[in-house]
Amino acid sequence: MSQIATQEGQQGMIVKQTGPLALIQDAGRFGVGHLGVTQGGAADWISFRWANWLLGNALNSTALEIVMGGGLSFETESEVRLALTGADLDAQLDGKPLAPNASFKLLPGQRLIFRQPRQGLRAYLAFPGGLNAPEVLGSRACTAREQIGGLYEDGKPLKVGDRLTWKGTAPAVRRITEGQGPRMPVSGCRLPIVLGSQIASFSGSALFQAFNQPWTVDNRADRMGVRLTGPALYGSLTGIISEGIPLGAVQVPPDGQPIVLMNDRQTIGGYPRLGALTPMACATLAQCLPGTEVWLTPVSASQAQEDYRQQLTVWHSR
Amino acid sequence: MKLTTEKSIAIRIETAAMDALMVRLFNTIDESNMAWVIAADQALRDAFGAVLIDLVPSYTTLLVHYDCQQMNHAEALQLINRALSGLAPVDTQRGQLHDIPVWYDESVGPELPLVAKRAGLSVDALIEQHCNHDYCVFALGFAPGYGFMGLVDEAIATPRLKTPRRKVAAGSVGIADRQTAIYPLLSPGGWNILGRTNVPLFEHAKRGRPLFRPGDKVRFRAISRAEFAADGGDTTPMEERP
Repeated sequence: MSQIATQEGQQGMIVKQTGPLALIQDAGRFGVGHLGVTQGGAADWISFRWANWLLGNALNSTALEIVMGGGLSFETESEVRLALTGADLDAQLDGKPLAPNASFKLLPGQRLIFRQPRQGLRAYLAFPGGLNAPEVLGSRACTAREQIGGLYEDGKPLKVGDRLTWKGTAPAVRRITEGQGPRMPVSGCRLPIVLGSQIASFSGSALFQAFNQPWTVDNRADRMGVRLTGPALYGSLTGIISEGIPLGAVQVPPDGQPIVLMNDRQTIGGYPRLGALTPMACATLAQCLPGTEVWLTPVSASQAQEDYRQQLTVWHSR
Repeated sequence: MKLTTEKSIAIRIETAAMDALMVRLFNTIDESNMAWVIAADQALRDAFGAVLIDLVPSYTTLLVHYDCQQMNHAEALQLINRALSGLAPVDTQRGQLHDIPVWYDESVGPELPLVAKRAGLSVDALIEQHCNHDYCVFALGFAPGYGFMGLVDEAIATPRLKTPRRKVAAGSVGIADRQTAIYPLLSPGGWNILGRTNVPLFEHAKRGRPLFRPGDKVRFRAISRAEFAADGGDTTPMEERP
């Protein structure tokens, strides 16, 4: 057990049962791409920020990213206020449903359980002041493939018996007003994409198809990349000399089926790209269950930046 | 957008994402690229300072990820232009030369016989060939501390495995086409594995100080099983799972 987790006098929360995947995440690891180290971080960064906002935490405080639920459950050793946002994973507190996008009190002996996705894919659970976890290269983000981050610095997801501790008390208790807060995507949603990179190498019909019909989110989807299925897109290139990959890059391997590269993507890669989804579109895609239909809708870099800055103001203007 | 430097390499700058631009210096892989890539890396780091979120150099390009809360796309483009006008290549002799001891053995390097056979060489001659070159580090990527190196002599160049291994042991030294590399940690991979080294690439990268940097040179040196084991090397044979 790590030193932090065994600090005396600290109260914790114990993992009683695990589900498919629960990871310690923060905003991600930056300035490390040149080392071959991936960005990581909360895939739906918008829901992640809302969770911290609800407790008055710094917005990038370390929290849990819970995928699917699947019976993941916790028990606490002392009373604690937590905040839950993002996907509706049919979370229950001692059998009573928990309202999404709100903070709640968890008492010793009570059981918090995440059952199954009803809307969205990833829920975020924030803790007072943020979770304790060792910092690696400036971040606590957990990336399994790189064996970096997490409770034990090995990139492993939560397992039964893990004891989570947090930094203090919630600096504030906030509420999300009606109509605000994270929205889970529905089929037919739009994913803004900034065009660029090798877009000129694709055929005219490929470009028409890329932006004028819906794509289906495949079940081959994880924190590294999300595959979209639809008509095959072809162009004059099947591979390129490996180059740096930005978040949301939409690469098209030789089978013509695009892959959107997400937080745990490799740092460089060699397939031609249409461009990159905006960070907001990445957050949306991170909540799409397999089978969801999505549209790639081109947006200029400057418009995307304006929308992004607008999004950032929601957490500061209140 | 194109701009031309004093020594006339044509630099192109393309949009890569909402807040990222790709600087394209060359169209082909060549060791001589590195002097320019390293120079551009330094110039861009200096120019962007705290506005820089990430800078990922590769064989022919640099990906510039900037903070769009501090700068817009047009300003970033202009800044790159200014930073790279009059760019001059660095002296690549300043790159470090790394001596990497490798235990070449079929138990930890299962493709040793295959690569030798393809090249029409004995296993010993293949090992000698692989050791007989200072390989240039072109790029870091794939995994923390993983360096893409080349160029491997055409005689021993071997395409990737048709079916990648699910588990390649940490320290595995491999060849893919005309490139060679070391796996820093246990990971899936499709390179032809020739042997194993005990150099802790991952630990260096995890501390933010990678052993290899682009432009460095790497020379492999064959050691015996006894030497490898005495250094604490893991002699467990490569686990093969279908």
